[in-house]
Amino acid sequence: MFPFTFTKAADEPSALADGANGGRYIAGGTTLIDLMRETVERPPTVIDINALPYRDIDINPQRLRFGALVRMTDLATDPRVRTQFPVISEALELSASAQLRNMATIGGNIMQRPRCLYFRDVTAACNRREPGSGCPAIGGENRTHAVLGTSAECVATHPSDLSVALVALDATVTLRSTRGDRSIPISRFFRQPGQTPDQEHDLRPGELIVAVDVPTGAHTSRSGYLKVRDRQSYEFALTSAAVAMDIQGGLIRAARVAVGGVGTVPWRLPEVERTLVGRTASDPVWTDAAARAADGATPLSGNAFKVELVKRTVARQLATVGARV
Amino acid sequence: MTDHNAGPFTLNRRTFVGASAAVGGIVAAESLLSCSAPPAEAATTVTLTINGAERTVEVDNRTSLLDLLRERVKLPGTKKGCNQGACGACTVLLDGRRANSCLTLAVMHDGAELTTIEGLADGDRLHPLQQAFIDQDAFQCGYCTPGQIMSGIGCIAEKHCGSRAEIREWMSGNICRCGAYTNIVTAVEQTAQQT
Repeated sequence: MFPFTFTKAADEPSALADGANGGRYIAGGTTLIDLMRETVERPPTVIDINALPYRDIDINPQRLRFGALVRMTDLATDPRVRTQFPVISEALELSASAQLRNMATIGGNIMQRPRCLYFRDVTAACNRREPGSGCPAIGGENRTHAVLGTSAECVATHPSDLSVALVALDATVTLRSTRGDRSIPISRFFRQPGQTPDQEHDLRPGELIVAVDVPTGAHTSRSGYLKVRDRQSYEFALTSAAVAMDIQGGLIRAARVAVGGVGTVPWRLPEVERTLVGRTASDPVWTDAAARAADGATPLSGNAFKVELVKRTVARQLATVGARV
Repeated sequence: MTDHNAGPFTLNRRTFVGASAAVGGIVAAESLLSCSAPPAEAATTVTLTINGAERTVEVDNRTSLLDLLRERVKLPGTKKGCNQGACGACTVLLDGRRANSCLTLAVMHDGAELTTIEGLADGDRLHPLQQAFIDQDAFQCGYCTPGQIMSGIGCIAEKHCGSRAEIREWMSGNICRCGAYTNIVTAVEQTAQQT
């Protein structure tokens, strides 16, 4: 790890001022410290933002709002979230371990960097870490990599489960800097690699995620998350599916579906949603809709299995959520 | 600063990794860096309450909470396994909640309250979960055991001991290379039932 100066921000104005001067924000630290130790991240200045007041979970009939410094455990176990937004609780509790969930924050979870082995190995080439150096994953070990949203520059998946649920539920993120606030749909926050894989998100220098809003709908309480892994627990997704549906009298009135483990960003499936709406909840409908889950997929040498697996993952989770009362 | 340092470090790491086993190479490169004296602004004084005793230490900002425990306040009961949050050997109670001490910086915890494996026993009387690990033969080599016990205390406090399957899921952040899981689950289960 490279030396750095450390500041504990006493309040928001000083944090944002330090951020504007190029400091790197730290909260839970579970991703950043690991990457600093591997020297993938080499921030000269680290700003501890844990004293900032972004720790509330607030719910009203229109929306759920939670601060960026809420710990994963605390959002997952909030009884209102568990009953009214179960897909959020489930995505969180299927992530990491109990210890890490006690430490890691919502903002940091959204900001997670790729788990690609080449990205994390500073002796390897990586276009995300060193633009122009190449992508050894494309012709190398790519079993766990993406099949959607890839480019010739990068094929790493986005590792966050929570973000898959948030993309499915049309969440917005509030970003703050010395120049003020702005809110954007979380689906626009994440950037596909394209020609610039080093630009992972829409955050501007010095900007800070302060809160996430999730609109309430008739579909949000009938929702859930399925994660398929190489082992049963404490592992990143090979595939995952976040599903939320409004079903009245057997009729599917609304559907929200997104998948993880397969895209370079959390991947919404509008064609699957369109196939569902207006039809009657039944096994053939789940299978029919899920057949569109891998539309546009371009598998690599080692991960073609994900094309079929993600369809089955979506079909299974549509059936599970469809059967929920 | 980054560019200035990147060249020689990359070379060192390549040399080490190329010349030796990967793990040895990483350790060698890290200790090499730790030896270089950091600039004055790269150190900070922190005061923590560890097992009930207040400790004030000046640390290099890079020091993990785990290294503070093991190297600076001489409490080596907390173990360093993977040093990347994957094995759970470094689990402690941080302000009452189980946490991986390897993935957090000591400087972030000025004023915090910490409990380690050394702080569990009441004199000669072991904590019930420590005793249960002995009674159930819940370890072989014992290296993961401090982390397992600290995590088990968290698991019990969080009320995730409703079934053996639930304990396994909520203890999945602690790896045991000897494979003593069956008896670890029993030890946690019995202690949860007693408390």
